[in-house]
Amino acid sequence: MIWNETKECMSRDQMTALQSARLVKLVDYMYHNVEFYRKKMQAIGLMPGDIKGLEDLTKLPFTTKDDLRDNYPFGLFAVPNSQIVRIHASSGTTGKATVVGYTRHDLDVWAECVARCMTMAGVTKEDVIQIAYGYGLFTGGLGAHDGAQKIGATVVPMSTGNTKKLTTMMIDFGATAIACTPSYLLHISEALAEEGLLDKIKLKSAICGAEPWTEKMHKEIESRLNIKAFDIYGLSEVMGPGVACDCEFHKGLHVCEDHFYPEILDSATLTPVADGEVGELAFTTLTKEGIPLIRYRTKDLTSLDRTPCECGRTSARISRFKGRVDDMLIIRGVNVFPSQIEAALVEVEEVTPHYMMIVDRVNNLDTLEVQVELDQKYYTDEIRVIEALTKKIAHVIQQALGINAKVKIVEPQSLVRSQGKAVHVIDNRKLY
Amino acid sequence: MFAKQLTVFIENRAGRLSEVLSVLKENKVNILSMSLADTTEYGLLRLIVDNATLGKEKLIENGFSSLLSDVSIIKIAHTAGSLQTLLKVIDKGGVNIEYMYGLSIESEDAYVVLKASDSEKIDEILNANGVKTLSCEDLAHI
Repeated sequence: MIWNETKECMSRDQMTALQSARLVKLVDYMYHNVEFYRKKMQAIGLMPGDIKGLEDLTKLPFTTKDDLRDNYPFGLFAVPNSQIVRIHASSGTTGKATVVGYTRHDLDVWAECVARCMTMAGVTKEDVIQIAYGYGLFTGGLGAHDGAQKIGATVVPMSTGNTKKLTTMMIDFGATAIACTPSYLLHISEALAEEGLLDKIKLKSAICGAEPWTEKMHKEIESRLNIKAFDIYGLSEVMGPGVACDCEFHKGLHVCEDHFYPEILDSATLTPVADGEVGELAFTTLTKEGIPLIRYRTKDLTSLDRTPCECGRTSARISRFKGRVDDMLIIRGVNVFPSQIEAALVEVEEVTPHYMMIVDRVNNLDTLEVQVELDQKYYTDEIRVIEALTKKIAHVIQQALGINAKVKIVEPQSLVRSQGKAVHVIDNRKLY
Repeated sequence: MFAKQLTVFIENRAGRLSEVLSVLKENKVNILSMSLADTTEYGLLRLIVDNATLGKEKLIENGFSSLLSDVSIIKIAHTAGSLQTLLKVIDKGGVNIEYMYGLSIESEDAYVVLKASDSEKIDEILNANGVKTLSCEDLAHI
């Protein structure tokens, strides 16, 4: 089934015309409502009237996560707070969060996009769907929730953290769909297998996102639970989950491109590459009111396919992700930058600036170990003191990242010092 | 009076203890007693040596963590109940013992090495009760 045939199956010409018209309107809107963009455009001598359609998009400057940080918290909002009805936030590269705001219309568009994605995954109003993303500042929970509700499905807002309750309700409520991170779903499947409950579930499909996953994981989830699994993509800066999703043919993720115009940029020159070539994905939010962004660089590496899909949709598809341009990690669905750890450790007098993050996946749950060296004068003869210090560092990291890390104090001079760019991360998960 | 204990933080890796000991050997630092407090991740090697200052310096030169701390080394008779008698005295003074281990040499007496929660107070208690403790000087001549 297709949720919105008019928009999802448009001819390429119609889509380009729609995108062009929306871009012209967007640039004018932003020039007049966001000082940051106005100044940026003025600096390069660009007026709203210079943008006449998609062909002029490359004249516009890029937006980055740093721009959001520099304008923390509301500097890039295009409307006064009286029109903002919801705030979400994700990790920034250092201490400050990346904050986004939604108008009522933005939330409607978001729910529409998620509804399209969930329909691709076969969800209808007959389904009982458990939303097992975190509810809160993270866009996953509430984003998936609103979309499922728009379809008219029976929404069970599980959030995360209690697998036992989730599996019990999955069986008792006869849940037919679930939305969560793929690693969490594998963990759930193990919990079900351990209890011998796999044949008691009625699950048919899963909408998984918020972290990269491999084809191998996809197959594993489908075979273990005997369901269909779908890949949903999004990022809070652009909207949240629902920017793109894959259909039953799994030939890339369909972008809701009437709302988000995708570009693939050459990593070195930042000029658009041809369809099919791998580069950095950037989005222009064509209809957003709260915090519209022009050419927002996602740092995700992928390629674009604009040929119609066997499912009937004509929307552009992005391929499975090939990696990241920066050093961002996704741990238990949470974006983590090594620079955040660095900034947090500066607060702890006893440790040196050297650290190493070891990311792994144990029983399908991500683990993070942070190794730190103490300043020579803080090594002690009492275990009690080391244990207390370990706890203190873990707390500081938890506050900065929002996830628990295991802290390991190591010997002085034992962490690798490298010439030039230091290596701070060992990721044993092999996600790309 | 306190003696200096040499403490080394070592990660639980095969061969690491031996590397510490080889630094001491090369520099002719003699170990009189030791205790290894182990956790799942690391160990604290506590050593009583004949030249703690030299030991610390050489270990740091070789990239180990190393520190000196004040401990009381107390001579007790090699007879049943003598340690308990000592502890009674310390308990009465209201001081906690952080850790303790033995040191024995070929003589009729034994020694215990202990670190108390309050170093000033432990010294007072021991002095007031006429309990003799060893100094670094003494250790160099054992």
